[in-house]
Amino acid sequence: MAKVEQKGTLSKSDLREFFREMLLIRRFEEKVEERFRAGELPGFLHVAIGQEAVAVGVCRALVEGDIIASTHRAHGHTLAKGTTPNELMAELYGKLEGCSHGYGGSMHLYDIERGNIGANAVVGGGLPAIVGAALTFKLRCYPRVGVAFFGDGATNIGTFHEALNLAQLWQVPAVFVCENNHWAESTPSWQHMPIEDISQRAVAYGMKAVKVDGQDVEAVYKATRRALEHARGGKGPVFLAVNTYRLVGHYIGDPQVYRSKQELEETRATQDPIEHLRTKLELSGDEVEEIDREVQEIVDASVEFAKNGTDPKPEDALKNVYA
Amino acid sequence: MPELSYREAVRDALSRAMRDDEDVFIMGEDIAEMGGSMGVTQGLVDEFGPERVRNTPISEMALAGAAIGAAMQGMRPVAEIMYEDFLTLAAEQIVNQAAKHRYMSGGQVTVPVTFRTQGGAGWSPGAQHAQQLESWFVHIPGLKVVFPSTPTDARGLLWSSIYDDNPVVFFEHRTLYGIKEEVGDELEPIPLGQARTHRQGEDVTVIATGRLVHEALAAAKEAEEEGISVEVVDPRTLLPLDEDALISSVKKTNRCVVAHEAVVRGGFGAEVAAVVQYGAFDWLDAPIERVGAKFSPLPFAPVMEDFVVPHANDVLEAIHRTVSRT
Repeated sequence: MAKVEQKGTLSKSDLREFFREMLLIRRFEEKVEERFRAGELPGFLHVAIGQEAVAVGVCRALVEGDIIASTHRAHGHTLAKGTTPNELMAELYGKLEGCSHGYGGSMHLYDIERGNIGANAVVGGGLPAIVGAALTFKLRCYPRVGVAFFGDGATNIGTFHEALNLAQLWQVPAVFVCENNHWAESTPSWQHMPIEDISQRAVAYGMKAVKVDGQDVEAVYKATRRALEHARGGKGPVFLAVNTYRLVGHYIGDPQVYRSKQELEETRATQDPIEHLRTKLELSGDEVEEIDREVQEIVDASVEFAKNGTDPKPEDALKNVYA
Repeated sequence: MPELSYREAVRDALSRAMRDDEDVFIMGEDIAEMGGSMGVTQGLVDEFGPERVRNTPISEMALAGAAIGAAMQGMRPVAEIMYEDFLTLAAEQIVNQAAKHRYMSGGQVTVPVTFRTQGGAGWSPGAQHAQQLESWFVHIPGLKVVFPSTPTDARGLLWSSIYDDNPVVFFEHRTLYGIKEEVGDELEPIPLGQARTHRQGEDVTVIATGRLVHEALAAAKEAEEEGISVEVVDPRTLLPLDEDALISSVKKTNRCVVAHEAVVRGGFGAEVAAVVQYGAFDWLDAPIERVGAKFSPLPFAPVMEDFVVPHANDVLEAIHRTVSRT
């Protein structure tokens, strides 16, 4: 995906491009869900339907050389960071053409060349590495920033606290993007956190913390740009407390017995970031349809690409264990 | 030729690597002004400064993980985990992250990080400051595991560990820090995966690691006076393992004792015994004897600690048992 030019304000055409990308991620994930239910995709999968504005808003604000570490819910981040739908879909089908060459799968998406140092299936697992990467940028005087994505659930694990403490202590150029979707798998925030304002956790380490509306891609983009400027300028790391919503289950097939139908329907009706942006841009039905057709074609093509991909040989499993 | 202690040998490898190469830096708890809890990094902050001799908070997960992140960006960090026991805190990062990034990415990235740590009984620290946990890490594909027993080996192997493109867990033994030997002016790197034969023998091979190499050598001396010729081999690198060296030694002596300080059950010696029995089955004249700690946590009282961990006489008794089998 092409990068929009770095600027503080966004034109209507920039936002239209954001819309296209968010819709592409949405359609991609819906297709993933469909192919998984059809029994074509191995393993298990987590989609981030409802959280597209965070992936696009953050990644569009990054510049060449910036890196991300992602989570088990990584398809959106990965696409937004520049991995092509073909490479991502091929990975989900376990093909050599996949972004992790069939070794990773949905929860371990890598694209080192494009600055994705890995989606992590251990909650909070990727945060310390972002601190170390950012330390390298600082020691080497590289104008680069490391960005860690994680959810509200991850703020309860030790790596989160140790990583934030170390990042602030060492003043490394890192941005911590907390995608607070209010659910740690099936456990609501009120059952896993004794505080309501998640940004207090960063404030406790003396870290600059900013609250962001995660359903507004423009707000996410602007907040990220400011955070990146702060970090890149040597002023230390920033914590973005991004309020967002997971409009689906924890994993594909999750019956969501823990969530009331009414809450889910209300959230879906009021918190869809793509719908928000469509309204803001005053896109007509025809315009949306045209963009939709275009992204659907890309998604369909990615499935074709993936299905025609190369299966690894079983014994390929023994490669890449050591450098 | 200069004489270096095991401690100084480790320090020498670190300082030479840092002098030669800006990519190398060290981090850990109390390693700067204090010089590390074992004094290994003493003086290094004066030469290299606090950016490259980096004190960390007591945060094993973050310090191990930050070293991993730096390694993935092209640095060659050496992270000190103060005691082996605290590897348990860093284990998620070492086992799930360092060992697997290369694999999960399909070979896109290398993680050239070294985790230095130390442990070992003999000074009554109790159950949480002296365990020998090397076998845990030998079980993890993607890691390399090194355990030197002499100053020369410590220096040459640490250098190779730093310059290996894979994550290495480097075990030092606390009670060996003071032992001295003459080492060359030049640091000669020792390739990972090469065993060292400390003593040639005809009747029994003792395969030992860490402190038990020295106990085995003492036992071999006593055995010699009884007319038993003992070969002592130290694998030095536990993963990858120099299987050929171990098997060919046992093919020569036909008897084998494996010895380490860690508890016998599930210990590294179990792996060695399996490798040797498979590779030298037709040559073995007796079951392989295993020497290690008794199956208990490490006790505090010196008499109990002394009872639990193995010594030269335990190795000697194992030698007697194996030669008495006909």
